[in-house]
Amino acid sequence: MGRVSHMDENKVVICMKNIVKKFGDFTANDHINLTVHKGEVHAILGENGAGKSTMMNVLCGLYKPTSGQIFVNGREVQFSSPKDAIDIGIGMVHQHFMLIQPFTVTENIVLGMEPVRGIKVDRDSARKKVMELSERYDMKIDPDARIEDISVGMQQRVEILKVLYRGADTVILDEPTASLTPQEIEGLMKIIENLTEDGKSIILITHKLKEITASSDNCTIIRQGKYIDTVKVAEVNENELAAMMVGRDVNFKVEKKEADPGEVVLDVRNIHARDYRNVEILKGLSLNVREGEIVGLAGVDGNGQTELVEILTGLRKAESGEATLLGKDVFNKSPKEIFESGISSIPADRQKHGLVLEFSVEDNMILQHFDEPPYASKKFLNRKAIREHASKLMDQYDIRPRGSEGNPAGTLSGGNQQKVIISREVTNDKELLIAVNPTRGLDVGAIEFVHKYLVEQRNKNRAVLLVSFELDEIMSLSDRIEVIFDGRITGSVSGKKADEKELGFMMAGGKKHE
Amino acid sequence: MSRKKSVFESNAFYTVLAIAAGFVIGAVFLQVAGISPVIAYGKLLNSVFSKPKYLVWTLIYASPLIFTGLSVAFSFRTGVFNIGAEGQYVVGALAACSIGILLKLPVWIHIPLCILAAAAAGAVWSLLVGLLKVKRGIHEVLSFIMFNWIAFYLSNYVVNLKAIHSENGGEATRDIQETARILFPESLRDLLGCSSANWGFILAVLAAVLIWIVIEKTTLGYKLKAVGFNSNAALYAGINSEHSILTALGISGALAGLGGAVQILGMSGRLSQFAGQEGFGFEGITVALIGASSPIGCIFSGIFYGAMKYGGSKLSIVKAPSEVVDIIMGCVILFIAISGIFRGLFRKLVKKGGK
Repeated sequence: MGRVSHMDENKVVICMKNIVKKFGDFTANDHINLTVHKGEVHAILGENGAGKSTMMNVLCGLYKPTSGQIFVNGREVQFSSPKDAIDIGIGMVHQHFMLIQPFTVTENIVLGMEPVRGIKVDRDSARKKVMELSERYDMKIDPDARIEDISVGMQQRVEILKVLYRGADTVILDEPTASLTPQEIEGLMKIIENLTEDGKSIILITHKLKEITASSDNCTIIRQGKYIDTVKVAEVNENELAAMMVGRDVNFKVEKKEADPGEVVLDVRNIHARDYRNVEILKGLSLNVREGEIVGLAGVDGNGQTELVEILTGLRKAESGEATLLGKDVFNKSPKEIFESGISSIPADRQKHGLVLEFSVEDNMILQHFDEPPYASKKFLNRKAIREHASKLMDQYDIRPRGSEGNPAGTLSGGNQQKVIISREVTNDKELLIAVNPTRGLDVGAIEFVHKYLVEQRNKNRAVLLVSFELDEIMSLSDRIEVIFDGRITGSVSGKKADEKELGFMMAGGKKHE
Repeated sequence: MSRKKSVFESNAFYTVLAIAAGFVIGAVFLQVAGISPVIAYGKLLNSVFSKPKYLVWTLIYASPLIFTGLSVAFSFRTGVFNIGAEGQYVVGALAACSIGILLKLPVWIHIPLCILAAAAAGAVWSLLVGLLKVKRGIHEVLSFIMFNWIAFYLSNYVVNLKAIHSENGGEATRDIQETARILFPESLRDLLGCSSANWGFILAVLAAVLIWIVIEKTTLGYKLKAVGFNSNAALYAGINSEHSILTALGISGALAGLGGAVQILGMSGRLSQFAGQEGFGFEGITVALIGASSPIGCIFSGIFYGAMKYGGSKLSIVKAPSEVVDIIMGCVILFIAISGIFRGLFRKLVKKGGK
């Protein structure tokens, strides 16, 4: 693994004992325990909705526990607000950043604790303090840039610096890698290392097993609000962690039989297109997908895959090129025409393109078919048929909570929202299914499920085009991998022979070396 | 406990609370102005409830407001903001009035023709704005406000045209033909003791039910709502959003136009030259907000606003300014807008009580 632990086993910084948190009749945390040492990276592992965030909100003073005790440096504490927790040295970096967009990096970091001279903010000394901190932990930032102009990775560093500026000794990171690119994740791991080296403790909330094994000393697992166990990460493997998290054995290896690709379903030739800045982003891209195969499109974000998918689903017009689906022209057609020609898709942004969050779950399931029988007859909706359809899909795809057919889709958890989309698109059963980052933000149980359905679709002799920034996902699912770089397909390898290093090399623009 | 919760979660509860708060603040203003709130509010209630014919008047006042309220509520539900109901109301009134004066037709053709013309005029007025939005990307709020003024001056111009202007002076048109009026039969009007009693309110309720059915039960409602809530997802699912926006604005405009027709054919019988915007369209926004954008809710909030307007017109008898009604309505809207704060407050109270 190659990581150096800076944990001091003799010094307990934080100890949570038998924490119970109830919301009405619902118990979100049921006797949870947690012990964190100085210099330790402690992972909290649990499925979506297991109670991880509740637990951390208790620790950072946002919620009051119903019962249980919290000790910091051996002394029992009671927080009445997040300020109390910050004062005692516990800071949290939330999954959704809380930064003021038009303010500069420095302004955001010192906000609320600005150094002052007379009645004026002492900008120079603020800037100096911020730079000192950032250099100390090797966190590259531009102190004078506005938040709206900097990358997500840098925004996260700003959030961490904000917490450190307030004197935190324990930093809670809530799903810190959810929106980062692989390179940015690597940078974050380095920062975590620097922090622990300096004696800070890190609590890492995540459901990505790889990150835990790569970065953590200990891992506390919680499931459905209950404390399961705390384990030394060095003594367990990913499979064991996953099994503890979901309460059953998880199959990481995607089971699939040998692919038997048939005739070409999607044929894309020589597509040229510009992005929103009017820069040429697709530079003569050609690609095909056959029936009975999953083609994975691997590439670093920003090399044209987003635009390609938008063109193939009718959201963007290309400048030139050809695209056919089983001989039917699908080039620069409307989304409806394309759908009817035989392309369905799982969009990258499920809340923007996949769902109408205000609509009920059942209404979301008929988004493309609302005006067709049996869901409608003579311009009137048939509520009974819509409900039956939804109940059937919820059973079949294990969408929870059961019985929420009539609730707004926005009230479901992220994983279940994704399942709603997948149930709809797989049921559409079109000749080609395009799936874009289909497992982003999902826990391993849900990921296994999504993968199973993609493979099933391919086994039904349908064509699947998988676009994903997760190289693991591409490698475990694809029968053929096409690498996209700078608006063109620059290499193609069979799924079986794929090698992570070589793919990474090709994704960075290198040529395949035979 | 769960029942207690459900009351504090319901919109109706906060609407009633907001109305009560509006009255309290109105009382403070009255007190400051040296008028007894008890006397003023007593007069307000008295002028609405003390005689059956007052209640009839309330419904007459409510009819156009329900239509403009429906117009705005429908636009809210479908993701556009029809702040132009004022203008659509005016062109609707103008169309109904012109046809009511100029044509001589049997009753059973004349009335439907006037009503249809008003709906069409309102729809066209709204669709022009819709086309500017869809084809040229001009924000509808801007163009709606301009179209309100265009309708205002257009109406004043047409009212003064010789063909329809009153022959014996005055700043209004001639009366419309008897065949175009939607008054109740004379015997019923005598019975109710109200010379202007008309079918307007019945039409408004029918329209509200129809709009409710369209929004909740039909594929058209589904489509318009999908575009209104999330046009990106609708587009992705193959729903033509331009077409949907235009349909929504057309229906919304037609409803406001119908409000104009009901006012002319039912109550006034003629169109006066305006000194300032009449406000039926803007009041429709209030009606829609109090009615929580629900078509059925608009019936009740329309009656409420109608009662306030009618009762308010009699406040001068007790030397109270009728503007106090506007203050109350303004406060009601303010409190509805910030009802989230109260919701949080009650949630906390309930939680504490439950412990």
